Amino acid sequence: MKLKFFTLLTLALFVFSSCGGDKKKETETTTSVRKERVEKKTIEKEESVKVVEEIKSDLSDKGVGPIKSVLLGDIDNTLAAKGKEVFKAKCTACHKNKKRYIGPAITGVINRRSPEWIMNMILNPEGMIKENPTAMALLKEYSAPMANQNLNEDEARAILEFFRTLN
Amino acid sequence: MKLFIKSVFTIAIASLVSCGGPSEKKGSAKGALAGSAAEKVYVAPGEHDSHYAFLSGGFSGQLSVYGLPSGRLFRVIPVFSQDPEKGYGYNEETKPMLMTSHGFVPWGDSHHPDISQTNGEVDGRWIFINENNTPRIARISLETFETEEIIEIPHSAGNHSSSFVTENSEYVVAGTRFAVPIPQRDMPINEYKGNFKSSLSFLKIDPEHGNMNIAFQVRLPGFNFDLSHPGRGKSHGWFFFSTYNTEEANSLMEVNSSQNDKDFIAAINWKKIEEYVANGGGIKEPANYAHNTWNDNTHTATTEMKKEVLVVNPEDVPGAIYFLPTPKSPHGCDVDPTGEYIIGNGKLAASLTVHSFTKMQKAIEDKAFDGDSYGIPILNFEAINYGTLEQPGLGPLHTEFDTRGNGYTTFFISSEVVKWNIKDLKVIDRHPVYYSVGHLMIPGGNSKTPDDKYLVALNKITKDRYLPTGPEVCQSAQLFDISGDKMELLLDFPTIGEPHYAAGIAADKIASKSQKIYKLEENTHPYVVKTEAETKVVREGNEVHIYMSMIRSHFSPDNIEGVKVGDKVYFHVTNLEQDYDVPHGIAMIGANTSELLIMPGRTETFIWEPKQVGVWPFYCTDFCSALHQEMQGYVRVSAKGANTPLKYTIDDEVPGEDGF
Repeated sequence: MKLKFFTLLTLALFVFSSCGGDKKKETETTTSVRKERVEKKTIEKEESVKVVEEIKSDLSDKGVGPIKSVLLGDIDNTLAAKGKEVFKAKCTACHKNKKRYIGPAITGVINRRSPEWIMNMILNPEGMIKENPTAMALLKEYSAPMANQNLNEDEARAILEFFRTLN
Repeated sequence: MKLFIKSVFTIAIASLVSCGGPSEKKGSAKGALAGSAAEKVYVAPGEHDSHYAFLSGGFSGQLSVYGLPSGRLFRVIPVFSQDPEKGYGYNEETKPMLMTSHGFVPWGDSHHPDISQTNGEVDGRWIFINENNTPRIARISLETFETEEIIEIPHSAGNHSSSFVTENSEYVVAGTRFAVPIPQRDMPINEYKGNFKSSLSFLKIDPEHGNMNIAFQVRLPGFNFDLSHPGRGKSHGWFFFSTYNTEEANSLMEVNSSQNDKDFIAAINWKKIEEYVANGGGIKEPANYAHNTWNDNTHTATTEMKKEVLVVNPEDVPGAIYFLPTPKSPHGCDVDPTGEYIIGNGKLAASLTVHSFTKMQKAIEDKAFDGDSYGIPILNFEAINYGTLEQPGLGPLHTEFDTRGNGYTTFFISSEVVKWNIKDLKVIDRHPVYYSVGHLMIPGGNSKTPDDKYLVALNKITKDRYLPTGPEVCQSAQLFDISGDKMELLLDFPTIGEPHYAAGIAADKIASKSQKIYKLEENTHPYVVKTEAETKVVREGNEVHIYMSMIRSHFSPDNIEGVKVGDKVYFHVTNLEQDYDVPHGIAMIGANTSELLIMPGRTETFIWEPKQVGVWPFYCTDFCSALHQEMQGYVRVSAKGANTPLKYTIDDEVPGEDGF
């Protein structure tokens, strides 16, 4: 167990140091609430705090994993409702609706990432943080690697549909 | 000093030279052989072993899981003893597993593991193991590698001739080693003879779920029933139990139980008794015994106290039980893969007794009896005996078999394993062991198809085999390659407790079925939380119930206030992970219990009774992620009677705010 994580960490660090500098990152203004709290927490460090809310990526980035292509039609509300249930059960320990938590807020994710990227991140988080530059940048920003909750492709697709309703 | 060393060296060399030759075999494999032995046990990093070996943990009360041929220890499954590492017997869910008619018993003495069978072959579904001290049989799942059931055996003591399984897992048996008054009563010890009794219990195994139930107990004279094995193939339907102390002595037994030239192997026709019971036979007697079952959905064990057991007296089922005279306090009682030969390992004898099932059948038919014992017919020795393996060694204990017609018998006193041909009754090979071997195990040993590749000798004495660790040294096992004509010693490896018997099975019969996580949606623990939004703290009088979740790498809630000195605080903690090998632990400063180590999808509970005002931390004990060190929280404890409001948060918010 321990070893596994240390290896992962080392690997992650290695990957970051070798190609970290090239990442496109944009700093954006955070909500005032968030900023206030962060500042409160780091007041003694006397550092200027810049919180990266969003790592931008090209919507053509499909990520790494089993999903190669997703065709989106009109929003399927039944599927979205199912996705919401799965999301609540398996993902809300780390993701909130509009607020940064352990991982990013999910509202608007559909505008930032491609459908394939989203599903690959759900289904193959270990592979994504090793090989996909966007996921690597997210790990660097959020520190906690996304947990693999062992969802199947249908569940991941349903979650994607749920995300489409959050705009 | 130098001189001294030199002379010691010289003496050593001299003695080596003078006693080389025939005794050269003693000592571990060296030189050219060592290279090939090393290759045979080397499992490269990342590769898997070919076999599982389940070694009884002896007086540790547990069951250990090793890989063969590497001899690497994978897991210690807690069974009859508390295990603080895993919270077994400490957390609220598993405490009932250790309940007995004597109350909570935190320790046990585990002896003889045996794997369930289908059509005479080990099937890798469950493994059973007996507890000798407070008689119990446990069933362990080979999907979860956890103890699922423990049943106490009433009217018994020294549960030793146990827990062997019939060829279709119809029954697992439990036999008495120490006869006792039945029912227990206040009586003089020296009135043992004729008054103390023994029980052979047949536990029916539910074919689908494995649950055990005492179908009947056969009430027998107060002999010591030592070991047992089922008939198979042609002898399927019979069970054979070795006995000693047919003298019925009750003191200085090493002398007084060794008087008779022959004791018995009891042959029990369980099919006949089963039929008798099915037709309403047997007497329901009052009893009091615990039946503890684990539920993999509620993740909780429950204890049911049972009050009755069905007893069968031999005189009521004529033709179901016979005694086979067998020399010198037989210990092991082993049946070969064909079911024809029943080997009695008379531990005070210098020879091995081989009975024939075919001859036994004929002797019964011919009524070739030499009287009876307490009404049970004693078959004529010559009429049932196939032959004797003369003088193979000293102190025979146990025999296992290959599929080539050979037996492998351990000799405690002469400290060796002897390979012999059953039909010819001739010794083929012998190999010293280090030291004083007890049981031995060939994977699939108690079945019609033993796996002929490996033999594990389970030694009773270790002495100088490893680096010394003070007066107490590890227990020791030795691995042999038995695929050739000669046995080849490959490896020594240390074991826990005292490994009595062991059971082995090809890895592919288990590995692919091994469970990886517990599904959250199947979790019906009464205090489960399925999402972080459900986490909360509820006060009920002076009880505080914390419904907590854990996931990489935080607890929810992680700040709790309003707990007071004198409260009884229940931490009900659910691991929300659904990924393989991501357990989390939790420990609370000063809690008078063990940690919890919670597998993905499981809920467990510990109780903390804070005695001091303050702010007390809890944390994750199992390194779970790069942010494991951050996985912690605080409980504020106020004075008794304080009016600090109950409050629970994570990241300054009530869990689940900003939800959906």
